[in-house]
Amino acid sequence: MEKLPAWADLVLVPLISLLLAALISALVVLGIGGDPIEAVSVMVKGALGSAYGWGYTLYYTTSFIFTGLAVTVAYHASQFNIGGEGQAQLGGLGVALVLLAVDWPHWSVALLAASLGAAAFGAAWAAIPAWLQAKRGSHIVITTIMFNYIAAALIVYLLVEVLRPVGQMDPATARFPAAAHLPSFGEIPGLSLIFSKQVPANISFFLALAACFAVWALLWRTRLGYEIRAFGKSESAAVYAGISPTRVILVSMLISGALAGLMAVNNVMGEAERLMQNASEGAGFIGIAVALMGRNHPLGVFLAALLFGVLYQGGAEMGLWTNIPIELRTLLQGLVILFTGALDTMVRMMLVPAFRLVAARRIGGAA
Amino acid sequence: MDYMTLIEILGSTLRLGTPLLLACIAGLYSERAGIFDIGLEGKMLMAAMASGAVAALSGSAWIGLGAGILASLLFAAIHGLASITFRGNQLISGVALNFVASGATILIAQTLFGQGGRTPPLTGEARFGPITLPFAEALSGVPFLGPFYGRVISGQSLLVYLALATVPLTWWLLYRTRFGLRLRAVGENPESVDTAGVSVVRLRYTAVALTGVLCGIAGAYMATSLQAGFGREMTAGRGYIALAALIFAKWRPWQALWATMLFGFLQALALRPDVIDAALPGSLTIPVSFLDALPYILTVIVLAGFVGRAIPPRAGGQPYVKER
Amino acid sequence: MASATDTGRQATAAPAAGPPAIELRGISKSFGAVQANRDISIRVRPGTIHGIVGENGAGKSTLMSILYGFYRADAGEILIDGRPTEIPDSQAAIRAGIGMVFQHFKLVPNFSVLENVILGAEDGALLRPSLAKARKTLADLARDYDLDVDPEALVEELSVGHQQRVEILKALYRHADILILDEPTGVLTPDEADHLFRILRGLKAQGKTILLITHKLREIMEITDEVSVMRRGEIVATVTTAKTSPEQLAELMVGRKVLLHVPKGSAHPGREVLRIEDLRVTDAQGVARLKGVSLTIRAGEILGIAGVAGNGQSELLQVLGGFARGRVSGTIAVDGQQIPAAGKGATGQTRRQIGIAHVPEDRHHLGLILDFTAWENVAFGYQAAPDYQAHGLFMDNDAILRDTRGKMDRFDVRPPDPMLPAKSFSGGNQQKIVLAREIERNPVLLLVGQPTRGVDIGAIEFIHRRIVALRDAGAAVLLVSVELDEILSLSDRIAVMFDGQIMGERLPAETNERELGLLMAGVASTAGAA
Repeated sequence: MEKLPAWADLVLVPLISLLLAALISALVVLGIGGDPIEAVSVMVKGALGSAYGWGYTLYYTTSFIFTGLAVTVAYHASQFNIGGEGQAQLGGLGVALVLLAVDWPHWSVALLAASLGAAAFGAAWAAIPAWLQAKRGSHIVITTIMFNYIAAALIVYLLVEVLRPVGQMDPATARFPAAAHLPSFGEIPGLSLIFSKQVPANISFFLALAACFAVWALLWRTRLGYEIRAFGKSESAAVYAGISPTRVILVSMLISGALAGLMAVNNVMGEAERLMQNASEGAGFIGIAVALMGRNHPLGVFLAALLFGVLYQGGAEMGLWTNIPIELRTLLQGLVILFTGALDTMVRMMLVPAFRLVAARRIGGAA
Repeated sequence: MDYMTLIEILGSTLRLGTPLLLACIAGLYSERAGIFDIGLEGKMLMAAMASGAVAALSGSAWIGLGAGILASLLFAAIHGLASITFRGNQLISGVALNFVASGATILIAQTLFGQGGRTPPLTGEARFGPITLPFAEALSGVPFLGPFYGRVISGQSLLVYLALATVPLTWWLLYRTRFGLRLRAVGENPESVDTAGVSVVRLRYTAVALTGVLCGIAGAYMATSLQAGFGREMTAGRGYIALAALIFAKWRPWQALWATMLFGFLQALALRPDVIDAALPGSLTIPVSFLDALPYILTVIVLAGFVGRAIPPRAGGQPYVKER
Repeated sequence: MASATDTGRQATAAPAAGPPAIELRGISKSFGAVQANRDISIRVRPGTIHGIVGENGAGKSTLMSILYGFYRADAGEILIDGRPTEIPDSQAAIRAGIGMVFQHFKLVPNFSVLENVILGAEDGALLRPSLAKARKTLADLARDYDLDVDPEALVEELSVGHQQRVEILKALYRHADILILDEPTGVLTPDEADHLFRILRGLKAQGKTILLITHKLREIMEITDEVSVMRRGEIVATVTTAKTSPEQLAELMVGRKVLLHVPKGSAHPGREVLRIEDLRVTDAQGVARLKGVSLTIRAGEILGIAGVAGNGQSELLQVLGGFARGRVSGTIAVDGQQIPAAGKGATGQTRRQIGIAHVPEDRHHLGLILDFTAWENVAFGYQAAPDYQAHGLFMDNDAILRDTRGKMDRFDVRPPDPMLPAKSFSGGNQQKIVLAREIERNPVLLLVGQPTRGVDIGAIEFIHRRIVALRDAGAAVLLVSVELDEILSLSDRIAVMFDGQIMGERLPAETNERELGLLMAGVASTAGAA
């Protein structure tokens, strides 16, 4: 196949994929008797038109950054981690156990401990599929899917039978101690001038930004990252260079699981302030779309997470104010994954003639 | 547990195992041809919605079944396009289509019926009802076998018998016909098929289409037989359990039957916590969650190679590119 | 060998009437900017063996793919038995009576021989009758052509030589009159190759036409009647085999007189650097790959390992390079220090730490990460080297980049752009990057596998000179090559490997291709053969 310029591959292909996904969604909206233009305007207004909207958008963005980075790190080791959802749920369990175990004096200490708990539980949940892949060759895609379901069942069991306080009806843990409450955007000096108090976006957004930078530094500046990427590109060559496949698979998946688990700091600790059933709400899966859309680069992941944040908040508003069901965003998410991840060759093939034309013009012009 | 309770549970095992079996055999065709399909779930869901909706509108379960198959085929075609024609990532394509299905089904059902993404309850001709097999009445007096025949084997929906029939049929097709030979070959080494002058693309599309048809029947069964209508996310991970069963069965039809019936049995058991509690000594209980998770746990154990090795078709998941 | 050439002469003498079995007229084919075939015209007389020789990348395989319908030519026409024939796909090729035996077999490993043979050529929708018919036909073919294979055996359980016979059977079962074999002996032991040639002669005697693609001149001389030489996508000559010589063919292949001897002074071997004793490797399938290899190399000495590919050379390099698979036993000592042959302490990293550098046989799958940039590849394997580290866990990318610029300059890598991905360099320039990386750290021991495979002539000389220079600087060099010329011109000592064992050691000055060839074929005592 002919090659496209690097910038087209990096920027144009995902953008066109997004446009195609949006186009099909618009057709679906038309098909169900909605108004796509109204839908878009409601979405954009709802997500970006007010500080309130931003407060939700950035809350979703925070979660998606973590799960997107999780997929990214595993991807560079050529491991497709579909288990972000389960790892995020386990991360929530880690947060809950940590925060309920001790009467935390201040949110900062609690955040540190909860982050460690979330990362450790998320990593642990990724460890078994990783070990099975490294040592027994069990396909990690299938095992991580299985672990999503096992995680869901485990959490339900723990919430119903073990962690539910006596006398409480709904399957959830007790509320976390008030001192562990993370400052939301409305409570952070400076930001509080913009945001009213009720937004769920909280200080963990900055933790997510730091994670973006850390993942970038890890992958492109450290020896471990170098080894992860080398292994991801060619396992046989990596072995020649003395890179241990077992180590790379394990370490990259542990980091991946930890990142997915860290998401719980945002939704469980920052927003719900107790662990409920299905707390991750599919964010683990959205991480796949985010990573694919963001071309598995932390900067791209950040932008794609923001985009999906807009989509999620805007989609909720749209479900509220128009006759278009909120599930449109699931559809759009699926289409984005389809076009960026599975049909990217098609998108490229569409672009090649265009670039050939441009090149021909240029040569023609020069002659 | 007395015998009649067991009969009851076995009956519901067959009913709950049927969509798993259909989806599992569906996946078998695709994966044997070298196309991984994580999108069984999505195809079933689409088919369930389409058949539920069309059966409700037309009043005919048969027309509903047709619609379900068509909807599933559409998704199969997209998966084929992505993984065969455009040589995309088959896993990602499957994952993506599951999300598309999850969103699209509710969107469409909500628009059509405005009942929160469900279709109206189906009655009469709009459902595939139970069929009483010959002699079911006459044999009911026979101890042991009588109730088994009368209440487990007989009295199931037509689609259940269809699902059971796919097992020997698939076995025969796979191991006794030219089509089966080529299908197995293309999943192991597509070059062997290509150099023999047989079209890899056509074979793989055929396999993917068969997957579509069978997933369509599975979805239609869910909405028009097992339950009376479509409900949001009604497949509830059955596509993934079917995938697990396929691995459990090591991609073989008869083993697929046993695996899906085992998983169906677990589901049937999970519906009867009273039976479990009664069967266990003293105050011991098994949480229902554990039964829910058991198919997945068993699959992981099989995948880990602790109980025999599950080796997928060699060319599975890789798009076929002609070598220079 | 002499008798084989005689057979060739006799066949040439026999006149062949009628139109050519295959005639190509002006075939051209490009892939993007690369012209793989340019205006190719060949006539192959029926009932003859026609050779096509050329270096790697000369366009031989593309031409055969066109004949077999894998690619469509951009221009030109194909005539089969004098009739213009369109070959849009493999089906058409099979209909035209063309059978192809690929270099990499196209068999289904877990199918039986019978199932493989009938695949695509079944007689009806049901398998049973097809299998019965094939069973009978195969028995006939086995008798007629010395093509004995158990029809019920699973292909994955057959030896490579037998698998190749299945491929030939597949073609014959489809009534092929024209048989194309692409580098058929690359994976065969000398015995198996001999058997193959017997089969081919039998096929020829029955009137089949055979196209043999190879880069081995020895085979061309042994079995073909006529030979076409390809160079850079073009046919540069078609000659009668009996009227040519290997030297002339070699010259035609590369386009100028081949420099077979590298200017090098005599070796001054110093201390013993490498000592291997009774090294054994058994692979995961339980096949013994190395059966007790012992050898030593001194500082300032090149030990050349000659042998047909697949006789344990790769496994020897893997063990020494620290990435052996399967069960390994025996001892390895470097500079008198024993090092682990396999297991935890034997990795590419620990090997490099004690000064073992490795230019691997397969630079695409081992030596380079093709998607990585040149500078990232320069750090490959040396990612832990102290001079590439910044503080803590971080690597000093600037230092690597600087080093890469220097290496590209000193090794004349073109284009000298460290930011380009490795895949966009030519074979020779890729090899120079690998060589620069491995050589410039002044290793105690350099392992080199097939240093000039797929490398253009200009780069070959450069690479040979560098290896000699390293030797002169006092390194011990283990050179593995399937090219006898390379072994003879570079080595100070030659060890011949056959079937996982060292058959014997010779000094280049005191041996010749013939003697080495016998050793490579597993004939231990050369006294009887001489």
